[in-house]
Amino acid sequence: MKQNDHYVAPYDENVSFDELPDAAPSARFRLSVTGWIGAVIVTFWVFIAVFGPALAPYGENELPFPDDYSEFQLPRAGAWLGTDVADLDVMSRMMYGAGRTMGISFVATTLAYLIGVVLGIGAAVSSPRVDMVMSRINDAFLSLPTIMLGLVVVAAVGSSIPVLMVTAGVIYASVIFRLSRALGQEIMVMDFVEAARVRGEGRWWIIRREIWPNAAMPLMTDFGLRLIYVILFISSLSFLGLGVQPPQADWGSMVRENLGALQYGASIIPVIAPALAIATLTVGINLIVDDVSAHSGGKLSKRL
Amino acid sequence: MISLILKRLGIGLITVLAVSIIIFFGTKILPGDAAQIRMGQSATAENIAAMRARLGLDMPYYMQYWHWLVNFLSGNLGVSLSSDVPITNLIDDRYKNTLFVSSLTAAIGVPISLMLGILAAMYPGTLYDRILTLVSVSLVAAPEFFTATLLVLLFVFALDIGNAVVVGSTEGKGFFELISHFALPITTLCFVIASQLIRMSRAAVLNVMSSPYIEMAILKGVPRKRIIFRHALLNAIGPIVNVVALNLAYLVTGVIVVEVYFGYPGLATLIVQGVQTRDFVLIQGLGMIFCLTYVILMLIADIAAFASNPRLRHPK
Repeated sequence: MKQNDHYVAPYDENVSFDELPDAAPSARFRLSVTGWIGAVIVTFWVFIAVFGPALAPYGENELPFPDDYSEFQLPRAGAWLGTDVADLDVMSRMMYGAGRTMGISFVATTLAYLIGVVLGIGAAVSSPRVDMVMSRINDAFLSLPTIMLGLVVVAAVGSSIPVLMVTAGVIYASVIFRLSRALGQEIMVMDFVEAARVRGEGRWWIIRREIWPNAAMPLMTDFGLRLIYVILFISSLSFLGLGVQPPQADWGSMVRENLGALQYGASIIPVIAPALAIATLTVGINLIVDDVSAHSGGKLSKRL
Repeated sequence: MISLILKRLGIGLITVLAVSIIIFFGTKILPGDAAQIRMGQSATAENIAAMRARLGLDMPYYMQYWHWLVNFLSGNLGVSLSSDVPITNLIDDRYKNTLFVSSLTAAIGVPISLMLGILAAMYPGTLYDRILTLVSVSLVAAPEFFTATLLVLLFVFALDIGNAVVVGSTEGKGFFELISHFALPITTLCFVIASQLIRMSRAAVLNVMSSPYIEMAILKGVPRKRIIFRHALLNAIGPIVNVVALNLAYLVTGVIVVEVYFGYPGLATLIVQGVQTRDFVLIQGLGMIFCLTYVILMLIADIAAFASNPRLRHPK
C-alpha cells in the first residue's frame, strides 16, 4: 500500500516502467555487501516466522506477570521488550505476529502472481480485441489507490485472514497483469516465436515452451518487490484496525494497539519494536532486490 | 497534441465512471440493508419499507446508481448511516485539516526533494549520492508509521518539542500556530514523498544526462554547471512534472495512515471510521473524493509525460 506500488503508468503503454526490477541475474551473479546485509535480515525474520511460536517465552495471549501490574510497560527481566497495553509480553507477541504478517503477505503475493500471470500472458497471446478489453478493465483497477480498494472490501465482508489474503492477492494481481502482459507481448514478437508459429505449433505449446522460460526470471525478480508492497499494504490495514483482528497479534496491529498509551507516558518500545520489525524486513528485501537489479544485464524497463 | 489531451481526458472520464461503478456496487453487494441499519433492530417491517422508499432503495440498482452519481456531482453526498448527519456537514470542518496538511507537505517536500534529487544526479557516484540513495531506498520500503514513530521519538522524547498526538480544535488558530500544530504529520509525509521523489527525479535527470546531445556538449567543452542548467534541466522538466504529479497522488494514500497515526480529525480518519461502523454512504462519498483526486493527479502525470516527450505522442 505504500504509494509507489502504483508506479505503472495507467494508460500509456509507452511510458517507461522505471520501478520494475531488471532482467534475470547472470549465472555468476554474487551479492554485494548491502545484498548480504539484506539476506541476513530476511533470513533472520523467516527463522522467527517459522520457529517463533515454538521459541516464544509466553503464549500469544498469556500474561507474563499475572499478579503484577506494570504502569509504564517498561522492559524488565522476563519481558525484555516490555509489556503492551494489555500487559502481554511484547516479544512473544512479535514472535507470533511474524509468521502471521509474513505468511499472509507471502500467500497474497503468490495468489496475485497466479492470477496476474495467467491472465496477463493469456491477454498477450489472445486476439487484440480480448486483449484490449482485459487491459482496459485492468487499468480501471490500477487507477484506484490500493488502500481504498482494501477499505471497501473490508467494509463489505469484514476482516479475516483469508479475506486479507484474497483481497491483497486480487488487488496486486492488476500490477502483475500489466507486467506479464508486457513481457508476453515482447516475447511474442521475437523471431523464435514467429518460427514456432510458422512451424505450426499450437498456442499452448508456445506459451509453455517459448514464453514461460523467457518470462519466468524477470517475474521472479519482481516477486520480491511486490512482496514488499503487499507486506506494507497488510500492515497498514492492520494498523488502521481493519486487518488482523485482536486477540491475534500481527506487527501492524501491535503498533496500533500500543500507540494510544503513548500520551499517558507509556514506554515507546511496544510501538517502535513491531514498526522496526516491518521496516527491517521490507528494507532487507529491498536491499536484495536492488542488488539483483543492479547486477543484472540489460534493464528490463528499457526493453518494455 | 490537443486531440491527444482530449483523448486522455476521455479515457480519464471513462476511468472515473468505472471507478464510481466499482465503489457503488462494491458497497452494494454487502449483506445488510441501509434502511435496517438506520432504523435499528426494533423497527417494524412497515417502517423499514417506508424508509427504503425514502432512501430510494426500492428502485432497481441501476436507477439507484444513477441517482447517487447525479447527487454526487451536484455536491449531495447523502446522509450518514451511523450518525444521521449529512455527509457534507461531516466533511465540512475536516477537509480543511487534510487539505492543509497535504498542501503544506507538497509545498515543503516537493522543492526540497527535487533539489536533493537533482544534486545527486549532478554528482553521481559521489559519497553524497550514495548516502542519499541508500537513505531513500530504505525510506521507500519502510511503512509510514515507522517514519512517524521515529519522528515522535526524536521530537517529542529527545528534543521535547511538538505534540505526539494532535488533539483539540484548530478553530481560530493562526497560520503559524497551525504549522506547529501539524508539524509532525507534515514532516512524516514529507519523508514519505521525499524518498520516492529523490529517486525518481535523480533518475529523470540522469536519463537526460546520458543522451548523446549532452555528450556532445561535454566534448565541446561546455562547463558542467552550464550543461546542467542550460541543457539538461530544461529537458528534464517534463519527466519531473510527471514524477511530482505521481507522488502527489501517492500522498492521497499516505495521508490515511498518517492521519490515523496522529489522530487528528481529517477526511481519512472519517473514512476509516466509516469502515469500522460499516457506514456505506460515507464510504461511497469519501471513497469517490479520494479516488477522483488520485485519478486527476495520475491524469496530470500522464499528460505531463507525453507533453514532454514527443516520442510518446506517436504510438507505434
